[in-house]
Amino acid sequence: MRLLNNVAIFITLAVAYNLINGVCGQLHLGPNAFITLGAYTAALLTMTPAEKTLNFLVTPLYWPLSQATLPFPAALLAGGLVAVAFALLTGFPVFRVRGDYLAIVTLGFGEVVRVLANNLQGVTNGPLGLKGLYPYTNLWWSWGVAVAATAVVAALVNSSYGRALNAIREDETAAKAMGINTFRHLLGAYLLSAFFFGVGGGLLAHLITTISPSLFTFFLTFNLLIIIVVGGLGSTTGAILAAAGFTLAGEWLRIVEEPTAIFGFTIPGIPGMRMVILSLALLLVIIFCRRGLMGRREFSWAGLGRLLRGGLPGSVPGAGRP
Amino acid sequence: MDLLTFLQQLINGLSLGSLYALIAIGYTLVYGILRLINFAHGDLLMVAAYVAVMGVGLFSWPWPAAFGLAVGLTGLMGVLLERGAYRPLRRAPRISLLISAIAASFLLENLALVIYGGRAKPFPVPEMFTGAFVWGGLFVPRLSLIIPLVTGALLAGLFLIIYRTAVGRAMRAIASDLATVSLMGIDVNRIIAFTFLLGSLLAGAGGLLWAMKYPQVNPFMGILPGLKAFIAAVLGGIGNVTGAVLGGLLLGFLEVMIVAFFPAWAGYRDAVAFTLLIVLLLLRPTGLLGEALGEEKL
Amino acid sequence: MALLHTENLDMRFGGLSALEDLNLAVPAGGLYGLIGPNGAGKTTVFNLISGFLKPTGGRIVWDGEDVTGEPPHRLTDWGIARTFQNIRLFSDLSVLDNVLVGFHCRSHATWGEAVLRLPRYRREELDRRSRGLALLEEVGLAEAADQPAGKLPYGHQRRLEIARALATEPRCLLLDEPAAGLNPQETGDLISFIRGIQERYNLTILVIEHNLRLVMGLCQHLTVLDHGLTIAAGPPADIRKHPEVIRAYLGE
Repeated sequence: MRLLNNVAIFITLAVAYNLINGVCGQLHLGPNAFITLGAYTAALLTMTPAEKTLNFLVTPLYWPLSQATLPFPAALLAGGLVAVAFALLTGFPVFRVRGDYLAIVTLGFGEVVRVLANNLQGVTNGPLGLKGLYPYTNLWWSWGVAVAATAVVAALVNSSYGRALNAIREDETAAKAMGINTFRHLLGAYLLSAFFFGVGGGLLAHLITTISPSLFTFFLTFNLLIIIVVGGLGSTTGAILAAAGFTLAGEWLRIVEEPTAIFGFTIPGIPGMRMVILSLALLLVIIFCRRGLMGRREFSWAGLGRLLRGGLPGSVPGAGRP
Repeated sequence: MDLLTFLQQLINGLSLGSLYALIAIGYTLVYGILRLINFAHGDLLMVAAYVAVMGVGLFSWPWPAAFGLAVGLTGLMGVLLERGAYRPLRRAPRISLLISAIAASFLLENLALVIYGGRAKPFPVPEMFTGAFVWGGLFVPRLSLIIPLVTGALLAGLFLIIYRTAVGRAMRAIASDLATVSLMGIDVNRIIAFTFLLGSLLAGAGGLLWAMKYPQVNPFMGILPGLKAFIAAVLGGIGNVTGAVLGGLLLGFLEVMIVAFFPAWAGYRDAVAFTLLIVLLLLRPTGLLGEALGEEKL
Repeated sequence: MALLHTENLDMRFGGLSALEDLNLAVPAGGLYGLIGPNGAGKTTVFNLISGFLKPTGGRIVWDGEDVTGEPPHRLTDWGIARTFQNIRLFSDLSVLDNVLVGFHCRSHATWGEAVLRLPRYRREELDRRSRGLALLEEVGLAEAADQPAGKLPYGHQRRLEIARALATEPRCLLLDEPAAGLNPQETGDLISFIRGIQERYNLTILVIEHNLRLVMGLCQHLTVLDHGLTIAAGPPADIRKHPEVIRAYLGE
């Protein structure tokens, strides 16, 4: 059950991440920041005042957060919106720069949010984190969100706006000459991805029921990066397949370590064999088959038909790169 | 604010700052030539520290031998890194190269985790580097003087290489125009490898100094100093060695002063660098001494 | 009145002056040439007019309005489109998609409408597709519509770049060395192609070339640059005889 929920949440996160990294071609390294915001926001809103008092022993939670309680869907939405607000705030410095600089700035967000989560005890309870969340996340919610995220992102990518985003990835100068306001387009994609990171974070929090700043380190981002690179940067289908594969393989890879990890992405206790294997895999994929599993292709029924008839295998999911 | 406290913090800032500077130079050298953030640069600090721990602790070598070997091996590791993770992708899209750099960084960290385990090991600081002077009310650890001195000496050596040797000339030529230089019969691969060697040797030295300043060695110890040194390099104008030194010193002073004068903010210390970076990018994306970079040429 | 004119346009990079005191007056309709030896500052003029560079001095006036320092996408909105000297296609996108990207800036549907496929978006998308295909038909690339743009032969890439610029519905088209790298046969085709689109869309076309013979045959009016300075301006017949021009070209 937990595994299937995990798969769905990772699909949501990977599809959103692929939008900004694969479709727009901007190496965003801060999804963990947005996931943290979503997780904490949603968690703080679903807890009852009594639970909050129980959690915040060192520094009491600030009013009105200490009293507010919302139903789960509203809390998820709030998580998404807080992440969007953060994206709106950070979008301006982020998209003033490109390439390596953009990577390092967004990486910085993850660090800043983590430092805040550790220090703003009156909101986050500091390093202790939040415990005893009600496990609201079930298959309906996680898969519902995954399907919605996929539908929205796929519809966007296949629209005129998606073409413009692809154009920015291919050649930003030419895109500007085509009348595309590259800042606004990138910002749009960034906000949308932030929303799904936030919602995904809320789902994650209510799946594992205990959150703390150490859960949302750069490792989380790194795992998402592996997923979308292996799936094929720019392919939503690839992101979905790889997210499912990764979550399941992560489970299986745990055999090589002592069973210390709580789930897919925590820092393993003593050994790091799983991460060695994963980072080596990422290195090999990026060097030897840069386009990943799917290249930039997408699943289509027509393509599936061609595959079944034994025609053009190159244009169909599952078919390896020549 | 009393003068003594200020002087005290100035000394602390100088030692932290010149350490950042030393590491930042490695980033800036590589960036100047390849326009690449070597994400794994910080992890080279960790490599050097572990080699030294092994040499001194496990094999009981005298510390100069162990330290020399540590710096040398770190240099080699840097060259290996370029060979394995960056060279195959030199013509690939920028995003692939960056991803490869991140993957290499994780690989190094987790290899160390597998080999040495996750528990932090104490670093055997040689006697020569311990102890402190007390002048008046001023407390000056010996290391706080050694770090700026070592940085200064290495910097002088680096400038000699860059501005007085044929290799240095070739490095500068590549930094300004890689395409033309490869047409002129210079072995670009060798020069790039040499640059990585230089940068990584400096990282090796930086790693040892860092490990003596904060004598705990763990597989992830290089991440934060690495990121901060990178920001220092950006602060000074990346690609510019003098800028990296300035940026390193500035960041070091700032962090120390914030903790000293606003103790309540001490927990936010690690966020200072990133906040500074964001402000910088808003106001002056090219850094203090940088020229217009990052803008695509038409 | 001129559709596009520049007043004392200056561009310096650091201490280096790339362009000094340029006064262009491009009348509406017709073909206007900007020529000069390599490094004369021609592409700088294009980068200024299309907003990729901000001038260090002077003004750019488009259709009576000061557009100095406007960003590139705004200028495309105003009706100024351009091509690049080293072709800049969206290589991984299909030929048709390249053209469709050009139409994007004229669409009114918002993000939400696009994601939800609301009627206005669907209408615009259908319209875009049919006009895109028609445009490809016109430039002779209809058969390659589904191919990746990067796989086209060189000459076709040039045409696609022009078609893509046309898709933004410009009134003025800036062509940066459209004949670079083409053989004489292809160059001939290109000249008649440029003439054709100029008439059909009633465009004002500004061409950069250093191939004198090509522009002499194509343009009604020429401005000659050398080392950032305007050394001559006038109809081709005058330019041909102008002593400064002869010196600039032969003295190289």
